[in-house]
Amino acid sequence: MAHGGPAIALLLMLCASTIARAQEPELPVSEVAPGIFVHTGATSLMTRDNDGAIANVGFIVGDSAVAVIDTGGSVREGRQLMASVRNHTDKPIRYVINTHAHPDHGFGNAAFVGDGTSFVGHKNLPRALAMRGQFYLDGFRRTMGDALIDEVRIIPPTLLVADTLKLDLGGRILMLKAWPPAHSDNDLTVLDERTRTLFAGDMVFLSHIPVVDGSLKGWLRALDDLAAIPAQRVVPGHGAVSEWPAALAGERRYLDTLAADVRALIASGKPITAAAEHAAESERSRWELFDDYNARNATAAFSEMEWE
Amino acid sequence: MPRHRIQLFCAAGLLAIALGMHAARATEAYDPWPGLVQDIFNNRPMNDGSDIIGIEMPMRAEDAAIVPVTLRTRLSPGDGRRVVAITLVIDQNPAPMAAKFELGPDANVTEISTRVRVNNYTDVHAVAELSDGKLYVTKTYVKASGGCSAPAAKNAEEAKNRIGQMRYRQFARLGEGPATSMREAQIMVGHPNNSGLQMDQVTQLYIPAFFVNKLRIWQDDSLVLAIEGGISISEDPNIRFTYVSNGAKHVRAEAGDTDGHVFAHEWKADDSGT
Repeated sequence: MAHGGPAIALLLMLCASTIARAQEPELPVSEVAPGIFVHTGATSLMTRDNDGAIANVGFIVGDSAVAVIDTGGSVREGRQLMASVRNHTDKPIRYVINTHAHPDHGFGNAAFVGDGTSFVGHKNLPRALAMRGQFYLDGFRRTMGDALIDEVRIIPPTLLVADTLKLDLGGRILMLKAWPPAHSDNDLTVLDERTRTLFAGDMVFLSHIPVVDGSLKGWLRALDDLAAIPAQRVVPGHGAVSEWPAALAGERRYLDTLAADVRALIASGKPITAAAEHAAESERSRWELFDDYNARNATAAFSEMEWE
Repeated sequence: MPRHRIQLFCAAGLLAIALGMHAARATEAYDPWPGLVQDIFNNRPMNDGSDIIGIEMPMRAEDAAIVPVTLRTRLSPGDGRRVVAITLVIDQNPAPMAAKFELGPDANVTEISTRVRVNNYTDVHAVAELSDGKLYVTKTYVKASGGCSAPAAKNAEEAKNRIGQMRYRQFARLGEGPATSMREAQIMVGHPNNSGLQMDQVTQLYIPAFFVNKLRIWQDDSLVLAIEGGISISEDPNIRFTYVSNGAKHVRAEAGDTDGHVFAHEWKADDSGT
């Protein structure tokens, strides 16, 4: 048949691509509590070498369904997370919960699009994705390359959380809470009531310097409410799974120091450039990626605090 | 805005990355400056401005939404000319003309600091127009920020809530007592300064532009600065500047935005306040 060759070639290509997807390696996860699986991201910037896999991502398995919490920094990472889910359970993924708009947490969303899966996020998440999505796609193309970025889709949530929301995975209740502006203006946390495990998203950082992309004052105000959440352990957005609320101590000290230093600079009439150079300098040895984010945090904090 | 330029740049950038070049060098592939000289300055001749005007920015945009920039005039005291206006151009931004500052004829403004958005690796030009009618240009280079920083609102509700709030602050000048007439002051205007260039990825519609396009500052009735602003100016426009006091008792500022709102306020010159 004259057209048999191309048809077979196409079929082979489709098979090859299906096989490639099926063979996507699993993202390494550990079961930090019964039915709770976490991949700990590399403390690094997103690059083409690490597939953008720098944030903690995970999933929770209930009696009848699964919830995935954050999907990673590329669709490739998302597919690997999907492979891990499938290696541990056949139950349907009913929810994909995005803790906020940042690309290291949500660029993997496209791997989970399917019938019966709802994307869940803070009520402000659609707006944040609308305002930032294209910029993120353009910006990360520079550092991650076309192969990883071409397949990323900005997928906003359809199930929005304005205050709190309970999700039932079958005998397993997840309590979602939408926060006022803190790390970002669309932070969502997830508490698994069965094991008292808190997925804090980027409301909590360990080892990786906290990143202020919402409101420093709001974040400081939120810390007490956050600490009052009756959890035993936290899965932070970045850093090791840790005891709760002791895990908050480092972040609280950093944010307090940053706020105090910035306020002092403003009071003495210093320009915003002085904040980038001096604020929270005493914290330098205590955090990874300090030079990548501290000057930026200080700049953002200064422009916020000078309205006090 | 010439959209084809952005696309051209993107295409060149992709090619550069494909060839394994450093991304920063992609900007060398296409230089928008000659076109900007035509569009913004009507192709008037550009003279070397390194002795006329200085531009200071950080090497890297730490926060893409808030990049500090300081412009300093460098005319010697004996020079008979004066700086009439300074135009700030961020070449690779979607709307490159960030601001035009007209300097009040009697205010002797020598330093202006503000904050801008920087979307990309870019040259930033400052063009001074002198009273001799000539243009003098100087430039610097800024690397785009990394990570999850974006040239967009961090706290969109707060940005809306602050619309129209104004603050004034008077700073003491180091080593210059109150007896001298040199002053340093800051005006802040609460405004989200939405660019209108962000496309909603779901609806494919652009979010409407809404920004401060005019800000004028006087000491009593004498103009200190008249600023024509664009969308590259950061949220909550913030201008810190030096000037020579004419003995005025009051400083007054009037801001206007693209929706026709006018915000005006007057303060005692030697106080700070809201």
